[in-house]
Amino acid sequence: MADNETKNDTPNGTKKPALPLQQLDADATKKPSGPPSGTKKPDGPPGAKKPAGPPGSKKPAGPPSGTKSKKPTMPPGFSGDGGGDGLTRKDFQSDQDVRWCPGCGDYAILSTVQRLLPDLGVPKEDIVFISGIGCSGRFPYYMDTYGMHSIHGRAPSFATGLKSSRPELDVWVVTGDGDALSIGGNHLIHAMRRNVDLQMLLFNNEIYGLTKGQYSPTSERGKITKSSPYGSIDAPFNPVALALGADATFVARTMDRDPKHMKAMMRRAHDHRGMSFLEIYQNCNIFNDGAFFEFTEKETKPERALFLDDGKPLTYAGGDRGLRLDGLTLQAVDLTTGRWSADDCVVYDETNPELAGLIGRLFWQEDLPRPFGVIYREERPTYEELLHTQIDGITERKGEGDLDALLHAGDTWTIQ
Amino acid sequence: MASAPPTETHPIQDATVLFAGDSGDGMQLTGLKFTMATAQAQNDLATLPDYPAEIRAPAGTTYGISGYQLHFGSEEVRTPGDAVDLLVAMNAAALKVHLRRVRKGGTIIANADSFEKRDLELAELDSNPLTDGALDDYNVIEVPLTSITRDALSDTDLSTKQKDRSKNMFALGLTLWMYSKPMEPAMKWLDQKFAERPAIRDANRHVLKKGYHYGETVEAFAVRYDVKPAPMDTGTYRAIRGAEALALGLVAASVKSGLSLFYGSYPITPASDILHELSKHKNFGVMTFQAEDEIAAVGSAVGASFGGNLGVCATSGPGIALKTETIGLAVMTELPLVVIDMQRGGPSTGLPTKPEQGDLMQAIYGRNGEAPLPVLAPGSPGDCFETAYEACRIATKYMTPVMLLADGYLGSGAEAWRIPDPDTLPPFDVNFATKPTDRTMVGTNGDRKFLPYVRNDDTLARPWAKPGTPELEHRIGGLEKEDRTGDVSYHPENHERMVKLRAEKIQRVQQEIPPTEVLGDADGELLVVGWGSTQGAIEEAIERAVDGGKPVAGLHLRHLFPFPPDLGDILDRFETILVPELNNGQLVRLLRDEFLQPCVPLNKIQGQPFTAKEIEQKIDALLG
Repeated sequence: MADNETKNDTPNGTKKPALPLQQLDADATKKPSGPPSGTKKPDGPPGAKKPAGPPGSKKPAGPPSGTKSKKPTMPPGFSGDGGGDGLTRKDFQSDQDVRWCPGCGDYAILSTVQRLLPDLGVPKEDIVFISGIGCSGRFPYYMDTYGMHSIHGRAPSFATGLKSSRPELDVWVVTGDGDALSIGGNHLIHAMRRNVDLQMLLFNNEIYGLTKGQYSPTSERGKITKSSPYGSIDAPFNPVALALGADATFVARTMDRDPKHMKAMMRRAHDHRGMSFLEIYQNCNIFNDGAFFEFTEKETKPERALFLDDGKPLTYAGGDRGLRLDGLTLQAVDLTTGRWSADDCVVYDETNPELAGLIGRLFWQEDLPRPFGVIYREERPTYEELLHTQIDGITERKGEGDLDALLHAGDTWTIQ
Repeated sequence: MASAPPTETHPIQDATVLFAGDSGDGMQLTGLKFTMATAQAQNDLATLPDYPAEIRAPAGTTYGISGYQLHFGSEEVRTPGDAVDLLVAMNAAALKVHLRRVRKGGTIIANADSFEKRDLELAELDSNPLTDGALDDYNVIEVPLTSITRDALSDTDLSTKQKDRSKNMFALGLTLWMYSKPMEPAMKWLDQKFAERPAIRDANRHVLKKGYHYGETVEAFAVRYDVKPAPMDTGTYRAIRGAEALALGLVAASVKSGLSLFYGSYPITPASDILHELSKHKNFGVMTFQAEDEIAAVGSAVGASFGGNLGVCATSGPGIALKTETIGLAVMTELPLVVIDMQRGGPSTGLPTKPEQGDLMQAIYGRNGEAPLPVLAPGSPGDCFETAYEACRIATKYMTPVMLLADGYLGSGAEAWRIPDPDTLPPFDVNFATKPTDRTMVGTNGDRKFLPYVRNDDTLARPWAKPGTPELEHRIGGLEKEDRTGDVSYHPENHERMVKLRAEKIQRVQQEIPPTEVLGDADGELLVVGWGSTQGAIEEAIERAVDGGKPVAGLHLRHLFPFPPDLGDILDRFETILVPELNNGQLVRLLRDEFLQPCVPLNKIQGQPFTAKEIEQKIDALLG
């Protein structure tokens, strides 16, 4: 990237530098061929001051401060204050002050989880949240359930040990892009491969927040941060594609600023038996403000976000646009000209791995939207199920272990 | 070597036999079967397998040699033997590697078929030791093991390769005959092992018998030997390897405590044998988890402990390095965890198959921050059982990770082990927090809150409340905990208080340590202090010194951290303290630090255990 230096001088210089400059200048709210204005990166040197929000965007709807007494104001359409067991959202709030930065996307996620849990009918004492390190790592402290704030990247291993040994528990893993995809990459893929019945919430904010703003494994190439003043040269992971590659049995994506969709995805993740991977685009308003605004803000969301609906054709922009297959390639088509209709678009089947591969790999293609929703699911025996079925089978065949007989196994001799 | 039949049988007190050959020659198996025969004959015994890191190194080379040494006797046997009485060398390289272990006048059975030009080249020998006079001081018996085995199987349909694989049975048969040991245990094993493959079974049985009969019919053998049964305590015995004993100790702890055993493990030499053993015992509810890496192995065990199970993992030094951060988390969250370190030569990958006591400092100090935990070490293969059991008991009673330091010498070494009665094992009760109590709760009515860091007065252990228990929901983690509440706290005085509380809790493990036994001359001048797998060699050296009228005593530490409460007083009684270790001096530093005693080190860092003689010589040198 020989032109990184010059790009630093432009408002767009930190985002997707692979794109030609003229596309960055395009009016994206009308033409979906380039990223909309909402993706503009903050001016000025990295970390110098709190970045200004992009033009036209609202501040996140989360609470302004971390005190428990002030309930977060949530967007309209939010539900989930009561449950079948008489538990309410309040029953899941611990007495600890929430210490995330005011305006952080984590508030909306926390609130959504606390509103969802009463609906699930799981006894409170059976719920466990396990996190790693990073801003997301503090999550369990704010939940009045069992919880463990473990070490960096390792949450899936603690969760695997717990869930394997106590299959009746409802175990959630809370992690971030640095935690899960960088230091914890190995545990992530192996938890998926084994299909341990966990819900994993990946708070992806494309930045290291708790260490004050270094580029993460999901940061775009060219990103200017404290640790990459001349632009990051790392290629980013697409967590969804990674999960598909690791044979996860449930892969979905949602966003912090659409609590209704987020709640629906969390519920589906919970309903799935096996490892459920839910990537949540989460705004870090301090170090990476607006990273996902092109997908989350109302000006650009219709054109840039594709909401998957099982059994329905892939359309977006209020039905004005759709995705069709041109051979093995996805093509965005205009459904308003009469040339194409929704019937020409791909009908989504979330159990189809080939389709999931195509949709899941949509990432930074400038003319294609970003998919949200359940990208893939399949039924496969869970790890803990196989573990205990094997133990039970062997116990039935060999009989319950007799310690004295075990100690005397093999050749013995007796001294009188 | 000339002698007329019939062969005489000489009674002897003990003997040391070493089988050595290519790692594909089945020497470990041969040694093991010979061990079973001596055990059946009620000898006391100790064994030392010595195998290369390479699985199948090029045949005939010195670095591919695998050895199995066995010392058996009619008296107490503490070590695998300082000097070899009989070496069975399957090829020239085996002879070259192990000749230095054979005592002058000892016997060497050499496979004469494997001393051809090519064999000598592979072994990098300039001339044939069978003919160049190099073995003049030894009693050499040349046996064409390869051709004789092929002949014995000439009327079978087996391939030459298959026939050659039976030649270790010929060597075994011959050795059994030499020491008047029964063939039945090996026969029985062959019947079981090859039940599905009768042709292989019959071939091996036939060759085993041929080897046995060879001794009787060939005039090369002037004498055969007989080692009478050892006077051992009454009871039922079995031969046990340390790795097996560790696994059985863990299962026993699980059964006696009522906790399910969760064993998280990543394969590593020489700890994998524990995983192999435990994975057989699923009908005890044992959960074995082969993790993606060392960190996940310990993480899964901590996760299982959080869930109210007995979380255990085992590894070797490099794996401990990787687990370190998680062990620190277990210190902070005060969860029970047992970490077994099968030490091997280090640093880094080091000597993967060779024993060393290099990880003591790592076990005690090798974590960030003030992170004390109890450290225990077994002294013999059989002691691995009790020590593993004790480690589990302490871990749950004090809500702490515990480290157990063994090594490959203990793990693959075997001894005659008196099987304990499960009813006589120390009681192992675990009390979970099952409901809110006034002591562990604060607040009123709806706001009542469980306090996960309220401590037991005696042990300072915090309550173990497992998920699934109503009203005891709580969060733990790696951030500093507030005293009593367990909430996250950055308060300066609280941190200091918690550091001291965690230290004091581990110090109180001293309550579990029985009075230290002192062997030999308790009023003597010199005290030998050892730990871990060197116990046999050290005690044999002390016994010889005491028998020689020297003012020597010894003690062997199972508890390395904290030390036994009476240790300081004992050390004070001696003028000189000798500390033999298979490292560059680690316990010796701990003793100097704790007790300000001028301890004398004796260090051996060769990937080999001590011989009793090496320690005896040091004792003599110190006594002047």
